Amino acid sequence: MLRLEKRPQPSTFWTYAAPLVAVVVTILLGMALFASLGKDPVGAIRAIFYEPLFGEFSFYYRPEVIKKAAPLILIATGLAFGFRAGVWNIGAEGQYIMGAICGAGVALAFYPSESRWLVFPLAIIAGTIGGAVWGLIPALLKVKFKTNEILVSLMLVYVAQVLITAFSSGLMRNPDGHGFPGSRNLSQYPAAANSELFAGTGIHWGVIAALIAVAVAYVILTRHQFGFDVRLAGQSPKAASFSGVNPNKLVILSLLLSGGLAGLAGVFEVTGPAGQILGSFPKFYGFTAIIVAYLGRLHPVGILMAGALMALTYIGGEVAQDRQQLPAAAIMVFQGMLLFSILGVDVLTNYRLRFGKNEVR
Amino acid sequence: MTLLDLRGLTKAYPGVVANSDVSFSIGEGEIHALLGENGAGKSTLVKTIYGLVRPDAGDMTLAGQPFSPSDPRAARGSGIAMVFQHFSLFDALTVAENIALGMDNPPPRKQIAGRIREVSEKYGLPLDPDMIVGDLSAGERQRVEIIRCLLQSPRLLIMDEPTSVLTPQEVNILFETLRLLSEQGTSILYISHKLDEIRALCHRATILRLGKVVGECDPRATTSREMAEMMVGTVLQAPQRDYAEAGAEILCLKNLSAPAPHQFGTALKNIELTVRAGEVVGIGGVAGNGQDELVAALSGEMRTGEGMVVVDGASIGGLTPNARRKIGVCAAPEERNGHAAAPDMTLTENALLTGNTRMVLSKNGMLDWAKARDFADSIINAFDVRTPGTETTARALSGGNLQKFVIGREILQKPKVLVVNQPTWGVDAAAAASIRQALLDLAAGGSAVVVISQDLDEILEIADRFAALNEGRLSKPVSTKGLSIEEIGLMLGGAHDMEAAHAQA
Repeated sequence: MLRLEKRPQPSTFWTYAAPLVAVVVTILLGMALFASLGKDPVGAIRAIFYEPLFGEFSFYYRPEVIKKAAPLILIATGLAFGFRAGVWNIGAEGQYIMGAICGAGVALAFYPSESRWLVFPLAIIAGTIGGAVWGLIPALLKVKFKTNEILVSLMLVYVAQVLITAFSSGLMRNPDGHGFPGSRNLSQYPAAANSELFAGTGIHWGVIAALIAVAVAYVILTRHQFGFDVRLAGQSPKAASFSGVNPNKLVILSLLLSGGLAGLAGVFEVTGPAGQILGSFPKFYGFTAIIVAYLGRLHPVGILMAGALMALTYIGGEVAQDRQQLPAAAIMVFQGMLLFSILGVDVLTNYRLRFGKNEVR
Repeated sequence: MTLLDLRGLTKAYPGVVANSDVSFSIGEGEIHALLGENGAGKSTLVKTIYGLVRPDAGDMTLAGQPFSPSDPRAARGSGIAMVFQHFSLFDALTVAENIALGMDNPPPRKQIAGRIREVSEKYGLPLDPDMIVGDLSAGERQRVEIIRCLLQSPRLLIMDEPTSVLTPQEVNILFETLRLLSEQGTSILYISHKLDEIRALCHRATILRLGKVVGECDPRATTSREMAEMMVGTVLQAPQRDYAEAGAEILCLKNLSAPAPHQFGTALKNIELTVRAGEVVGIGGVAGNGQDELVAALSGEMRTGEGMVVVDGASIGGLTPNARRKIGVCAAPEERNGHAAAPDMTLTENALLTGNTRMVLSKNGMLDWAKARDFADSIINAFDVRTPGTETTARALSGGNLQKFVIGREILQKPKVLVVNQPTWGVDAAAAASIRQALLDLAAGGSAVVVISQDLDEILEIADRFAALNEGRLSKPVSTKGLSIEEIGLMLGGAHDMEAAHAQA
């Protein structure tokens, strides 16, 4: 009989090996899936993992991977704090959209200013505040009225989605846009544009911000009292309360933090790759970031790698659709497999497999 | 007639031999004591008999037949029953539902309540099958477990530290039941380190030390001291103390009242208590009578009204735990894993858990891990915590060792007021003596110490004054000089409740 036995200490080996094993397992499962669809399994895997990075058109795909990874990493890093503390912010998508709306709103208010050193920083600050305030709403409701932050933050996503559609065809509509919905294109507005810092690399300010966020989050989690309190509250709420951690403060701080970072990602997206406020503003970064946070096992460095991997499967998935005529659904199944494998293999970090009869020590 | 015979049982785990060539036998109807410190191998041995552990070598015979249970179900099938130290009951279900859940072949639902009443009458264990378990005292919960065993008519009943949660009167009731069972031919394997109980109850005792049988004796003809010394292997030091003149009032509880913090909690009602510098006040009572709530009200986990908790003349009822630590009020709650310590964190992190304020283990919010590690190290050294190192997780430590760490962590912070709940629960005799000595030394240094404990011997040993906590009310403290266990038992009021329950049943 096969069974799991809890390890007295988490295994150091599996902490690092698990993600690698999981990727290998996913590749094998994926190949089986693609083969069963009558596609070339090796070619499909190659299209997903190899072509975007090293293939013929990698000069185009690499920047795309980086641009896709940056918001995921930025949002997931913020979410990791809340998730570790047991505060479930599911509404990063809404906070991300509100960041974009507020950032774009401030930038457009100064149009056609030429003062880059005023408009761009102000837009960033406004976006961060916008996201943070959107995160603060479920926090305050939870602290004051014991509402469930999962529901409130999630419902606020739909509010934000309605707002961005309304703004794109109302208040923020481009006056020179012949009546079409959508704001002015911010990436063509030099004072507010979040353009590539090095041509052809895909590296914009959001990428820099994501890297800084990862580094700062790492320091906070491992060396700062706040990070300690977050970990303690998540692992052992009673011990945290005995230690003197104020759970309400933790709820407010972690939602402010994750909301703020999601808002930040929103500004960088709206002033850069997306360019404008529009109903079809790039969606799902806020939801995908939840997966990224867990794939990276809520660790900043892990999130950095998970974000890059996730972005790669998106871009690679597009390549595979294009080259191998794989259906889009197969790519989504493949991404799902990745998540399941990581969670499955992850069990080995805290448990060991045993064969044979039960024995309790 | 021999019921169970063990021959040469050996079980080794990586790095430690839990049982080495253990042989002894239990007669039919015999109450046999298994005596030993934590880590002596009692648990492994009992788990072997109960089918949870397979021995590497050696064999067992049960009533002359070879006996090697492959799992607890097989052991129960052969007539072995066990009452564990920690109960596995569902608070929200009734007694009858809990009993039915834990049985291999439960009788039909309609009959079970009747069967429970029958058994509880027969063995003098008052218990109402329709009560919700969450409302029961620890003694009544234990009866649920015992009755569950008795419903299967066992030939051998194993009891692991059964009296650690009972009042003296409840202990007497339990002993009556066990004697009755023994007269009717049921054998009992009684595991404990409370020597007086073993002398009062058991017919024979086997003493284990470091996995080996080091002696066998007739406990009725052996003194407690002799048995303790066999168990520990050295000559025991009783805690040294002198009843010093108590100093100024430090801690003052004035009409302390607080509502129950959760559904199965206890409200505190009008508690009055003064603790002076250099004094140890012992608070006794059966678990669930407000101990956890009292600790929470003192540690700062639960805030109370203005002026109810006063330290050095200042009201601290509204202060956070860390603000209280700053002025020197430290506490150690009962539950080690998950309350006093975070099980998945390392000892260094657990040292930081309460040590940050007084030991200054951080600067501007940035944690000084090197300093925290040194603090953890000093606790490990000063309190002889057996662990590979400071980076071991708390859950990897044995209960006794973690308890030493938790108590040591608070004592080394040199608090002005220390509140501990069950400081030596599950700790071996030698370590318990050193913890008690450390508490006395702290008081001798001028601190006010409150020891909440269900171990009345412990309270008599170290406390200057005693008060009983019963349903959230604290009795008037009395001096422990000349106070007998019986008088304490009456103060606890547990026996009174039980007679009432008996009348209902």
